[in-house]
Amino acid sequence: MWLWFYKLASPPYAYAMAARLRPWLLWSALILMAVAAYGGLVLAPPDYQQKDAFRIMYVHVPSAILSLSVYIILAVAAGIGIIWRIKLAHAVAAACAPIGASFTVLALATGSIWGKPMWGTWWEWDPRLTSELIQLFLYLGYMALRSSFDDTQRADRASAILAIVGVVNVPVVKYSVVWWNSLHQGPSISKMAAPSIASPMLWPLLIMLLAFMLYFAAVLCDRIRAEILKRERNASWLNALAAGT
Amino acid sequence: MTQPSGAALEVRRLHLWRGDRHLLRDVSFALQPGELLQVMGQNGVGKTSLLRCVAGLIEPESGEIDWHGAPVRKEREAFHRQLAYLGHVNALKPDLSALENLHYSVRLRRDVERHEMLEMLARLQVSQCADLPARALSAGQKRRVAIARVILSGASLWILDEPITNLDRGGIECVEACMATHLRAGGSILTAAHQSLLTQHARVRVLELQ
Amino acid sequence: MTEPGLMRIVGLIVARELRLAVRHWDQVVQPLIFFVVVTTLFPLAISPSLNELRNIAPGVVWVAAMLASLLALESLFRPDVEDGTIEQWALSGQPLSLLLLAKTVTHWLLAGLPLVIMAPIVGTALGMPMSVWPVLAGSLALGTGCLSILGGIGAALTVAVRRGSVLLALLVLPLEMPVLIFGARAVDLAMHGEAVAGPLNLLAAMLLLCLALGPFAMSAAMRISLE
Repeated sequence: MWLWFYKLASPPYAYAMAARLRPWLLWSALILMAVAAYGGLVLAPPDYQQKDAFRIMYVHVPSAILSLSVYIILAVAAGIGIIWRIKLAHAVAAACAPIGASFTVLALATGSIWGKPMWGTWWEWDPRLTSELIQLFLYLGYMALRSSFDDTQRADRASAILAIVGVVNVPVVKYSVVWWNSLHQGPSISKMAAPSIASPMLWPLLIMLLAFMLYFAAVLCDRIRAEILKRERNASWLNALAAGT
Repeated sequence: MTQPSGAALEVRRLHLWRGDRHLLRDVSFALQPGELLQVMGQNGVGKTSLLRCVAGLIEPESGEIDWHGAPVRKEREAFHRQLAYLGHVNALKPDLSALENLHYSVRLRRDVERHEMLEMLARLQVSQCADLPARALSAGQKRRVAIARVILSGASLWILDEPITNLDRGGIECVEACMATHLRAGGSILTAAHQSLLTQHARVRVLELQ
Repeated sequence: MTEPGLMRIVGLIVARELRLAVRHWDQVVQPLIFFVVVTTLFPLAISPSLNELRNIAPGVVWVAAMLASLLALESLFRPDVEDGTIEQWALSGQPLSLLLLAKTVTHWLLAGLPLVIMAPIVGTALGMPMSVWPVLAGSLALGTGCLSILGGIGAALTVAVRRGSVLLALLVLPLEMPVLIFGARAVDLAMHGEAVAGPLNLLAAMLLLCLALGPFAMSAAMRISLE
């Protein structure tokens, strides 16, 4: 187990591994996405209240879930990097940030588009959208801190501390925003929370979530490879690889 | 793995990267009690980085630093209590007097009396500065106050980065005398300097960085 | 050689900071003046009517306090890092987290406490009734403590970065949003005569969390900045 772990943490191995995994992840993600889109957009019946507007949920909900889970993955990777001094973990954290930020932007955009038919406005200070916005600020702060250091190693460790502080703060943010909102309107008002959705609507959502996760993993493979190339540009194994091809 | 060599400080196979540059390549040395090691080399060769690395301000890429046979990384605070570091900056607050500056820095390490600090300032020939705010001192006077802090700290290992910058002839002699006393008492000094220090002293070695 | 105890060390740092503050009191009062000036902007921008201002007063006072505490962070570590003092602290053989916490606490005494005292006066000018003074001061006392420690982590992370002050705001403000929510809401609830124990307890819990974990984050961040 430990041996495998150390092997995985070596850049040449991880570089090759990411290249090998990527097509599998990407193709299964695309196929599942097509299945879920067919199920969600064609097979699922229109909602009796929201009509067809609810269908944007199939993009909004998976990206909202991923925006949070990618941040947690980022913080865990950063923590591993700073505690066990594994450089590859820092590369994973660095690779996660822009992907997570994109999912957050996607969740915000789809949430706002969904809000237009629901609330009649493009933006409502709904607790989910608000905490999604704060999540975006956390990603932006992380990336800004990372880019302000010239030295990669210092950038890695400084941003790791920020990520860990941020991830401790995430539940506090979630809770405080829900509490803040509940003072102004009843807790049942949040229209995006669908406590019980019918199964013809639900299964495409779960498949779509899985597809999004696989897609994230595929993009992560690409970004990790790019990070490794950037960090190891002077390493001998990379020069040998470049000379061989 | 580590055979007791009696060395106070032992550095083995130290590698350090700064950004893209492989600055320190496989640096090893040992420093015995009562010995001074002078790190020499051109500008930008990594003298300051080596000193900061040994002091524990920079994490090396790889390599070991042992203090009396025990790795520094494991017992950082115990090592730091035995270490006095003088960097490029003097760590003096312009708004505090020389005496107050000494008070607030030395007392972090040990209890020190006012007369002790005054004696030390006198030994470095800056008694007249004791109650002046540090901003009113000349560059050489500030350096002497900073060296007074190193001596007062009571540490057995001194790491001095260019200790005699801005010092005049008399100042250099004065500092060299203090260093010789420290070595005689069994202390060790690791220093980076352009000029050779303590040339008459027997236990001075030079480490040339490439 | 006698080792000084940890309480002595804390006392030494606090005494040093206070002495420096006395010699540079003008820098200490600047965030306070900023606080008053910012709150003056709102009546000018919105309306002179106290009835209108009263509704937004808790938010205005809290946002102004948050910005003033952010402004004060710039002087928390930067001068001491630049002149090498904190480098010496890191090598002193004393726990750096404790030294930085002592420094942050003193900084709060000088920058946070004056805001707590000034806030009721500013609040009254915005139409707050005197009955909410205790809640306003209490929520600010707990809240600015959190802001000082969260800000201290951000300041330690950005102290080695060129033009770090905008970056500092970008890092720290999102982390501080829960503090703002609970603090401003507590005052708002008090103005409507409702129970405020909930948000105040939450603020106190956050302060304890910050005090427990913040110093370690600060010292880890500072060691990276010192490299």
